[in-house]
Amino acid sequence: MLIPHPLLGPRDAQEFTYLGDAALIDRPDGLAADAAERFFDYGYLRDNPPGEHRELWFHEQGDRSWLVVTRNITTHEIVRVELARDVALARGRGR
Amino acid sequence: MSQTMRLAGGRIDRATTLSFAFDGRLYRGHPGDTLASALLANGVRLMGRSFKYHRPRGPLSAGSEEPNALVELRSGARREPNTRATVAELFEGLVATSQNRWPSLAVDALSVNDRLSSFLTAGFYYKTFMWPKAFWEKLYEPAIRRAAGLGRLSGEADPDVYDKGFLHCDLLVIGAGPAGLAAALTAGRAGARVILADEDFLPGGRLNAETITLDDAPARAWVEATLAELASLGNVRLMTRTTIYGAFDHGIFGALERVTDHLAQPRPGTPRQILWRIYAKRSLLCAGATERPIAFENNDRPGIMLAGALRAYANRWAVAAARDVAVFTNNDDGHRTARDLAAAGIRVAAVIDSREDAPDTPGVPLFRSAVVTGSRGRLGLKAITVRTAGGRTEEIACGALGVSGGWNPNLQLTCHQRGRPRWDDALATFVPVGGPSGLAVAGAAAGIFSTHGALRGGAAGARAALADLGIAASLPALPRAEDAPVRIAPLWQVKGKGRAWLDQQNDVTVKDVTLAHQENFRAIEHLKRYTTLGMATDQGKTANIPAIAVMAELTGKPIAEVGTTIYRPPYTPVSLGALAGRSRGAEFRPRRLTPSHHWAEGQGAVFVEVGNWMRAQWFPRPGETHWRQSVDREVLATRQAVGICDVTTLGKIDVQGTNAAAFLDRLYCNGMAKLAVGRVRYGLMLREDGMVKDDGTVARLAEDHFVVTTTTANAIAVFRHMEFCRQCLWPGLDVQLISTTDAWAQFSVAGPKSRALLERIVDPAFDLSNEAFPYMACGGVTVCGGLRARLFRISFSGELAYEIAVPARYGDGLIRALMAAGEDLGVTPYGTETLGVLRIEKGHPAGNELNGQTTAANLGLGKMVSSAKDAIGTVLSRREGLNGPDDIRLVGLKPLSPADVIVNGAHLMTEGSPVDAAHDQGWVTSSCHSPHVGHAIGLGFLKRGDRRTGEIVRVVNPLAGTDIRAQVVAPCFVDPEGVRLRG
Amino acid sequence: MRYSGFRIIREALTGHRGWGPAWRDPVPQAAYDYVIVGGGGHGLATAYYLAKTYGKARIAVLEKGWIGSGNAGRNTTIIRSNYLLDGNEPFYELSMQLWEGLEQELNYNAMISQRGILNLCHSDGQRDAYRRRGNAMRLNGVDAELLDRDGVRAMAPFLDFDNARFPIKGGLVQRRAGTARHDAVVWGYARGADRLGVDIIQNCEVTGMRIEGGRILGLETTRGFIGAGKVGVAVAGNSSRVMAMAGMRLPMESHVLQAFVSEGLKPLIPGVITFGAGHFYVSQSDKGGLVFGGDIDGYNSYAQRGNLPVVEDVCEGGMALMPMIGRARLLRIWGGIMDMSMDGSPIIDRTDVDGLYFNGGWCYGGFKATPGSGLCFAHLLATDSPQATAAAMRLDRFRRGLLIDEKGVGNQPNLH
Repeated sequence: MLIPHPLLGPRDAQEFTYLGDAALIDRPDGLAADAAERFFDYGYLRDNPPGEHRELWFHEQGDRSWLVVTRNITTHEIVRVELARDVALARGRGR
Repeated sequence: MSQTMRLAGGRIDRATTLSFAFDGRLYRGHPGDTLASALLANGVRLMGRSFKYHRPRGPLSAGSEEPNALVELRSGARREPNTRATVAELFEGLVATSQNRWPSLAVDALSVNDRLSSFLTAGFYYKTFMWPKAFWEKLYEPAIRRAAGLGRLSGEADPDVYDKGFLHCDLLVIGAGPAGLAAALTAGRAGARVILADEDFLPGGRLNAETITLDDAPARAWVEATLAELASLGNVRLMTRTTIYGAFDHGIFGALERVTDHLAQPRPGTPRQILWRIYAKRSLLCAGATERPIAFENNDRPGIMLAGALRAYANRWAVAAARDVAVFTNNDDGHRTARDLAAAGIRVAAVIDSREDAPDTPGVPLFRSAVVTGSRGRLGLKAITVRTAGGRTEEIACGALGVSGGWNPNLQLTCHQRGRPRWDDALATFVPVGGPSGLAVAGAAAGIFSTHGALRGGAAGARAALADLGIAASLPALPRAEDAPVRIAPLWQVKGKGRAWLDQQNDVTVKDVTLAHQENFRAIEHLKRYTTLGMATDQGKTANIPAIAVMAELTGKPIAEVGTTIYRPPYTPVSLGALAGRSRGAEFRPRRLTPSHHWAEGQGAVFVEVGNWMRAQWFPRPGETHWRQSVDREVLATRQAVGICDVTTLGKIDVQGTNAAAFLDRLYCNGMAKLAVGRVRYGLMLREDGMVKDDGTVARLAEDHFVVTTTTANAIAVFRHMEFCRQCLWPGLDVQLISTTDAWAQFSVAGPKSRALLERIVDPAFDLSNEAFPYMACGGVTVCGGLRARLFRISFSGELAYEIAVPARYGDGLIRALMAAGEDLGVTPYGTETLGVLRIEKGHPAGNELNGQTTAANLGLGKMVSSAKDAIGTVLSRREGLNGPDDIRLVGLKPLSPADVIVNGAHLMTEGSPVDAAHDQGWVTSSCHSPHVGHAIGLGFLKRGDRRTGEIVRVVNPLAGTDIRAQVVAPCFVDPEGVRLRG
Repeated sequence: MRYSGFRIIREALTGHRGWGPAWRDPVPQAAYDYVIVGGGGHGLATAYYLAKTYGKARIAVLEKGWIGSGNAGRNTTIIRSNYLLDGNEPFYELSMQLWEGLEQELNYNAMISQRGILNLCHSDGQRDAYRRRGNAMRLNGVDAELLDRDGVRAMAPFLDFDNARFPIKGGLVQRRAGTARHDAVVWGYARGADRLGVDIIQNCEVTGMRIEGGRILGLETTRGFIGAGKVGVAVAGNSSRVMAMAGMRLPMESHVLQAFVSEGLKPLIPGVITFGAGHFYVSQSDKGGLVFGGDIDGYNSYAQRGNLPVVEDVCEGGMALMPMIGRARLLRIWGGIMDMSMDGSPIIDRTDVDGLYFNGGWCYGGFKATPGSGLCFAHLLATDSPQATAAAMRLDRFRRGLLIDEKGVGNQPNLH
């Protein structure tokens, strides 16, 4: 596969390491009252749908950026690639 | 008797004669020959035996679709089984041997299977060999295994070298026939980067095998002019002997170039083959078409070939497969074979055409509405029987029969991403639909069978592909060419009583398909799997579609509804050597060397693979004959004086930024926020699921600057995890990370005399006294007169100890300086074995304890998990299943009998309980002989271990049949109060 | 009709006219007591044992394509019971014992061949882990042997002992392990179930679940609504997709695993061998092909095909281990979709929906589990309580922390 890196252009997927669903960005608050339940959901449950999937790839043999790749996992077609940091900030993650 | 069947003309170099051997007999041929064409030229039709019935077989085809003519090529370690004689290029001294026969090709004992064929039907083995039960492994299966298989590997290491390479292009053209050449010309002239690949050694595709003209001249003239122009274009790369074997995601293609397979052996310095990965923005499949046979009784005899192959042998290789030939066809193309053969001076005894409206060929007897019903000739065709339109049966003597059931587009690559082709009734074949994105199809591969259509289709396909890329291309002037329509009346089988072959290599006949239908193996994949149809080395290139058609007839469904099996990569088989490339033997994976490696080599160190690293395992001294002698000496020297170990392999991550402390506080389950500048703390890192991920040290060099270490094994994964946390979880924190594992050479200097040694190395401006630089201190220093270094007072051994780091290029110098400076102190280098003993004696967990299945509590470190903060892993570490009353705890183990050895992986049992899984209490994780204690010691996990100190447990190792008793002790065998390391 | 050598002879002499269909293609009935979704090995085995062992009737198996078209027909055919953890080992040993009698039980030769498995180790740590595992197997009453380097050399002299980047230090052997002909397992169970009255309905895709008041009433399918007393889902690879019809999210991801076969060769490799320093394992089929595989591609996929990096990585492992295979050729590559669960172990459990039961999460180890999975799932469906050896394979173990993590890599499916 070729991943179109938003900064570096198309890069072979072999340069990257895969993590999983981009929902892993949405880490719950560990001090919240319902943390146990939310962390179970966060840590274990996945939508895992056919079709489009937002997922995290790490450019390990590259610029070491984490990317959110939107990929159709039925056809492997890549629809969109974003810097995970931008996605995280847009989802309200900060400090 | 040499080359008695050779005709005039052809694309062979008669000026040179090559000698070769097949089954020990010497023959002659010419450059340009394949092994099959040369054997046919010498009158040899029998080249192989089929898989199951051991039927005598000759070549069916003249290309890579060949099911029958498989040989073992070359000898010794270069022996290459299952090589298709039809594509093996002839070279001087070629040695080939027939395979899957005993004692000889002509007399094969297992051809008895052929006589037993009525018992050996499709799937017969699923119905028998079940009694008595034990006989399967002992009797039936070994016999089946010996009989099965085709050729033999040599059993020796492959002596040849394989390379890998990467190529990029705008347009990849797959196949250099008329469509491919026209495409490459169009794209090449437009200035696009073009790769034109063809599996053959002679570009031109079918044009090499035909007598057709282009612009009234022999096709060869246009082919050569086109090749010359392509060669003159710097932007076109022509790759012959190169098979595009697979279409993968996003325009990536696998290609195998057979660089030196046409030579007796690779020239020195050249690889045998190169595995290319081609990154193509667009691709055009111009792979042509493959002819298919018609099934009739005994249609597999040597001499019965595809009609187009018979024609190719005559036109390209100037070989008559026999003096008298016949042609059996259901389409007009078969007649082309008859015309060409007759023109080449071969007697065409008859053309049998199943159609009423078959065209006439002057001078050739034609049977319209007739079929071939059988054949005769055990080791080679002698005659065929024909049922005429009137129902009469006639025998016609001939040594070869060309059969044409029509042509199938070579659309395999369009299916490699699970595209499904469409059945076309008019063409009576499957045509490609869709396929990988960016790939288009032209010429016969697209179901456009005329030369005119191929030329135009190729050019138009290239222009369209380039237009997609914004490259304007104009269509070249293309030569006038034949534009005959496809005229075909489908005929798949001639019904008869005997066996009619569909898959010749695997011996799948119409009867087998009929039986599969009868037993409800009707789905096409069931048919394939039940009968083994299409699963031979040719992947059913000539077999699958006729078999699908036969199944369609049986079910009464149209072929379109029966469907097709999926074509999978590779298009033709690829050697495993090429797929592995240079990654084999000692070069299988890279080798990382520590900065002191060359020095350690000079000391005679024994090395051990630790991941990709090579680390010194111990340093034998003269007179030491057993590794234990060396290790015991190194351990005692470290405990009594000072030892040095290269610990560069530990991961080192530099963490900087105003929020660095807050960041690390969330990464480690224990507190890091309040770590003082100039101090080090042990850090325990959990996975988000609450298990221990890694451990290491966190050193604060400045308010906004930390260096953390990881275990050797986890260096990469921990860095990745930290970047995940930084970029994805807390992108607002001001923190930057960089891995500096390779940037710093780091040595552990341990033992009561370590301070004395370091004081001789560290520049005098730095005070190393216990007061100035206490246990868990860290800081920047200079050594050896100004070299910047980092010093950490940390201890893995339990002794007074330091780790000192210098830029990697000074690592070799530092170890030499330390060794020289400490000679009178008894300084001793130690390896990973001693490192292990020291840490087991001290009770520090390492890889065998940090195996990903343990919690902080299991390690006895539960109190480190702070409940006051939200660090990675803390929430899920609180789950009930990880905090049960019977949970395991790390314990020390001391054998009751000092002579006993404790073995890693032994299990722990309560005394008096049965020895079984239900009573399992834990296991030994680490053990060693402790020279400090004087006997074996161990660490292990034991249920409720923290509450069982003093208890006697059994240490059982059923694998070795040992069972000893040991006392549970605290997991620390040296200086439990920690006096030494603070001294 | 009973299969036997005598029967073959009789049929051969009478033109093979007597063979009937191995299973029927019945028209689906309006309702069944038990409907198994998924006509793979696990689903068919479940139906078989429900009928045979638990005496249940009115059973249907629904298959969206042809039976065995999923992972049952795309695996590397290895059977073994060499697991470490208590949650797994007794279950896989139950499965192994069922394999050992399966052909007689089903009257179908599935070519179960106990030629052994050899797991090679290349470091002290790996050997320690194998010793712990081998001892765990022995404590469970399962055969296991730990070989040193010489022992491995005696068993597999063709491995690279001279020039290896990661020298072979020893190996763990289970001699009762081996291979089975994967398609034959499907067909044998299908035929067995069919003969017990189970309706095997091919080309019948489940498109929805009718759930009312927390209870499942039946399934919407491409062949109409089929009522069901109890529904068992065994659709590994597509578990998330199917269980989403019941509103469930599962602790798993779907990943592609590629497998490989070489051209047919005369016998080279006696049993199954796994490389401990790379991603490669291999056996040789009775037909002569080297059947081999390695790691999953590593990214979520429903595509049933993979990419080149893993193809090359696997072949590198093969050549590193056995440099003699360089001139053998790769004949075919294919891919299957794995339910990669969050701890690498499967799930056989009830769900929050009454009457709906789930079996999945087999990662790339489902084939060897086929008989045990069928029996345990049938037990659960029939009795509403877990079979003893599968009791740990519960769905709530992730919430509760009762994980069965053989590899110790945690909640990241692509690492299992």
